[in-house]
Amino acid sequence: MNMDKRVTDADAALKGLKDGMTLMAGGFGLCGIPENLIAALARNGAKNLTCISNNAGVDDFGLGLLLKTKQIKKMIASYVGENAEFERQMLSGELEVDLIPQGTLAERCRAGGSGIPAFFTPAGYGTEVAEGKETREFDGKMYVMERWLRADFSLVKAWKGDTEGNLVFKNTARNFNPLMAMAGTITIAEVEHLVKPGEIEPDHVHTPGIFVHRIFQGKNYEKRIEQRTVRKRA
Amino acid sequence: MALDKNQIAKRIARELQDGYYVNLGIGIPTLVANHIPPGINVTLQSENGLLGMGPFPFEGEEDADLINAGKQTVTLLPGSAIFDSATSFAMIRAQKVNLTVLGAMEVSDNGDIASWKIPGKMVKGMGGAMDLVASAENIIVCMMHTNKAGESKLLKKCSLPLTGVGCVKRIITDLGMFEVTPAGFKLTERAPGVSVEEIQGKTEGRLVVEGEVKEMEL
Repeated sequence: MNMDKRVTDADAALKGLKDGMTLMAGGFGLCGIPENLIAALARNGAKNLTCISNNAGVDDFGLGLLLKTKQIKKMIASYVGENAEFERQMLSGELEVDLIPQGTLAERCRAGGSGIPAFFTPAGYGTEVAEGKETREFDGKMYVMERWLRADFSLVKAWKGDTEGNLVFKNTARNFNPLMAMAGTITIAEVEHLVKPGEIEPDHVHTPGIFVHRIFQGKNYEKRIEQRTVRKRA
Repeated sequence: MALDKNQIAKRIARELQDGYYVNLGIGIPTLVANHIPPGINVTLQSENGLLGMGPFPFEGEEDADLINAGKQTVTLLPGSAIFDSATSFAMIRAQKVNLTVLGAMEVSDNGDIASWKIPGKMVKGMGGAMDLVASAENIIVCMMHTNKAGESKLLKKCSLPLTGVGCVKRIITDLGMFEVTPAGFKLTERAPGVSVEEIQGKTEGRLVVEGEVKEMEL
């Protein structure tokens, strides 16, 4: 096999990313976000982006960095409560926002990466989320039709990856990353440990390399914790 | 005396049954984990992709890659499992989770719930709440009986955008425990020392009181 997908760094990885494109960014809160790629995107300066991510970072980290630079035109997310700048831009109308149920968001990404253009879910039936959407009864219960989501670029973060693009995630940093990896026209993975093919057991691969187009080893991971909760030793 | 948040959590914990898979929302629901009765084993599901959530880590052992849906650092237990967000909501929609406990801003007497948006003022998003309430068979809502202005949160009709319709079965507030029935909120237990009259006065939705309503045991 010779499918070396390595690129030198985050800046090189973003080649071809243009104004107005749709991006997915993995992560739940600040857990498992592609830190290096977000920083590179802020340097890159691409504007009018549509960003699909479960959250919008915090004011000075994660996708919050791109809100500050006003690079994001539209945000598709499920929960944005940790970001004051986001709330300000949304309430003032500067930022277009589509809030969707978390399970629906995950499944729409999975569908986009699976060749399934639409599906029915009970989430949001009877609420404003279902407005303008087809609803249908199956076996006595009402469901809402939701469409797939796909992205020009998917930015994901894994713990370990090989040069063929096979990925392994760590603990709850997995979250949306494997789903978004599947749904990108170009999927870029940044990893903490980049290894040679064969160093990851095939049985242990979470995301098969076929979904990943570019890979690099990130650096200076900050891995910020939003809510540091601990217990005292007895 | 109205219940405090820990007492609400303690009362909910008595609803746990051995072998349950349970999803606890952010806020008061999270506190339920501190009151699991002896002899009852439950597995906590966190919708960011964790089954078998353990307690907070010891100081110095926090792992940024291991959090719960409230973004708090947590730990794994023997037998824990990690999965992606689609798998997490698959188990929720497929009703593998036995009990869902979550907070709310308003509940109506037909079981509607509003919890994610105050138009023009506060928009945090629904997170996983819409998926949870649309699918769960067994939902307990816990919240304060009235808002900061002293107005009832148990209403005839929710005034805020809905999270789900006709899905709430039981509610525990600082004043009592209620079952959602076709006739309205049926008062099943009173908080210790709280009268039926006080609850009636603070409930805007239809309240059903049948016979003597017992005091809650904590």
